[in-house]
Amino acid sequence: MPINIEEIRNLFPVLHQEVNGKPLVYFDNAATTQKPKQVLDALVQYYELDNSNIHRGAHTLADRATRYYENTRSAIQKFINAKEEEEIIFTKGTTESINLVASTFGRKFISKGDEIIISTLEHHSNIVPWQMLCEEKGAILKIIPISEEGEIDLEAFENLLSEKTKFVSIVHVSNALGTINPVKQIIKSAHKVGARVLLDGAQSTSHLEVDVQDLDCDFLAFSAHKLYGPTGLGILYGKREVLESMPPYQGGGEMIKEVSFEKTTYNEIPFKFEAGTPNIADVIAFAKAIEFIQQLGKKEIKEHEDELLSYATDGLNSIKGFIPVGTAKEKVSVISFNINEMHPFDVGMMLDANGIAVRTGHHCTQPLMHRLGLEGTVRASFSVYNTKSEIDRLVAAVSKIAKIKNK
Amino acid sequence: MSNIQDIQNEIIEEFEILGDDKESTIFYIMELGNNLPDFPENDRIDDNIIKGCQSKVWLTAKMENEKIHFFADSNTDITKGLISLLIRVLSERSPKEIIDAELKFIDKIGMGNIIGSQRSNGLASMIKQMKLYALAYQAKQNA
Repeated sequence: MPINIEEIRNLFPVLHQEVNGKPLVYFDNAATTQKPKQVLDALVQYYELDNSNIHRGAHTLADRATRYYENTRSAIQKFINAKEEEEIIFTKGTTESINLVASTFGRKFISKGDEIIISTLEHHSNIVPWQMLCEEKGAILKIIPISEEGEIDLEAFENLLSEKTKFVSIVHVSNALGTINPVKQIIKSAHKVGARVLLDGAQSTSHLEVDVQDLDCDFLAFSAHKLYGPTGLGILYGKREVLESMPPYQGGGEMIKEVSFEKTTYNEIPFKFEAGTPNIADVIAFAKAIEFIQQLGKKEIKEHEDELLSYATDGLNSIKGFIPVGTAKEKVSVISFNINEMHPFDVGMMLDANGIAVRTGHHCTQPLMHRLGLEGTVRASFSVYNTKSEIDRLVAAVSKIAKIKNK
Repeated sequence: MSNIQDIQNEIIEEFEILGDDKESTIFYIMELGNNLPDFPENDRIDDNIIKGCQSKVWLTAKMENEKIHFFADSNTDITKGLISLLIRVLSERSPKEIIDAELKFIDKIGMGNIIGSQRSNGLASMIKQMKLYALAYQAKQNA
């Protein structure tokens, strides 16, 4: 069934406001999506009715909070089609999920001379943890090059693979350009040389069907707040056998089986990786975000977003001075661009003056910007609640801004 | 030459005419940037970049007849406009005048709301750098 945009927009209170005297157009969805009413209500309900520390409480509230908390784990398992609930670990974001793997898997399995492969498209959060690990271990970081269009050079990737490759950490969808990477093939090739693969799903999980069993990735990292859920909550999926082979991440409560001053034994997965009181309220509310996505249907969401992408691409491409950045064949609903001789910050500010929220700058992908010879871009990213009339406003505003330098 | 307060009042009046429309205000700030004199290519070096600004701002100063002359450039038009306002107020003044200057016009025209918090921090860094130049020249004068 096609999506009813008005109905959807009514679920998002934040969209119904004016910014700088104009109705808000929110096109910064790749940074964070807005939250539907049911997610906000779940947060309030938790604190009003259920607030309690989970897992070991001997009372009704604790039991209720624990049940809701674990229900989200189960909802996420189904959402990404993981084999077991225990393979879902809660973190504070994609960044922490990646750091967890780099720290624990890295500590145990990466040694001097080993090679780790990432791509030119990576977000800083999928670069720096691996650089830190390589520095500590004397391992080597290899980078997959990309084309001018922003697509990964698969042949170059195959050539980088060898028996020295121990890990491949790759972004599923580029946050800066929207490129969808051929990750299934990348994972398959990496596995052939015995390397483990982490998929940075921060941008893909909101737009694409992500099935971890079908992809066969060893890890998947993503964030709730880019999926209509609360901030401060991330997910790390890992295959059971890999997670079990890894040492714990942080020490503390929850992650232990038994503690004595002589020796501590660790809890089973997922709790081994969840030290301390977790982000209970946000985990519970996140289930409502997943429900929201599932009720609409990933396929229907994608169709709507693709339509917006092609409508916006056509409209913007007709503007003199508009320079698209990243023109991969397979893309999600993200348009990165520049306007002739104008700095992205200036463009962003002028769009903001028109009530249009976009992101400007290097998008935490400085090596990618360097590769493209750019200081930054303007990025408009569309979500399920965006409309064609909002895109008309973007096109009109960009057109007006472009005229400043094309007088 | 008018005193610092007069020039600030002039700027406040100019912005009052623009009213509340953010877009026209930004266009106006960008236009102001076009009035900046050409910045010498040789001075476009990292040492002259002001720390704390998100966009690149180059600033140099020289002393002539006991007055400090500022020269600046930026890679963004809005920032160029902002620094041109500061130059209009603070350039060709004695070190003491610059050090003592209270830049009331920034709050009066609601610059924080126009340019946002990140750019406001950048603007504060520009003012700080201009005052540091003034302090350095004053120290030289007193030496």
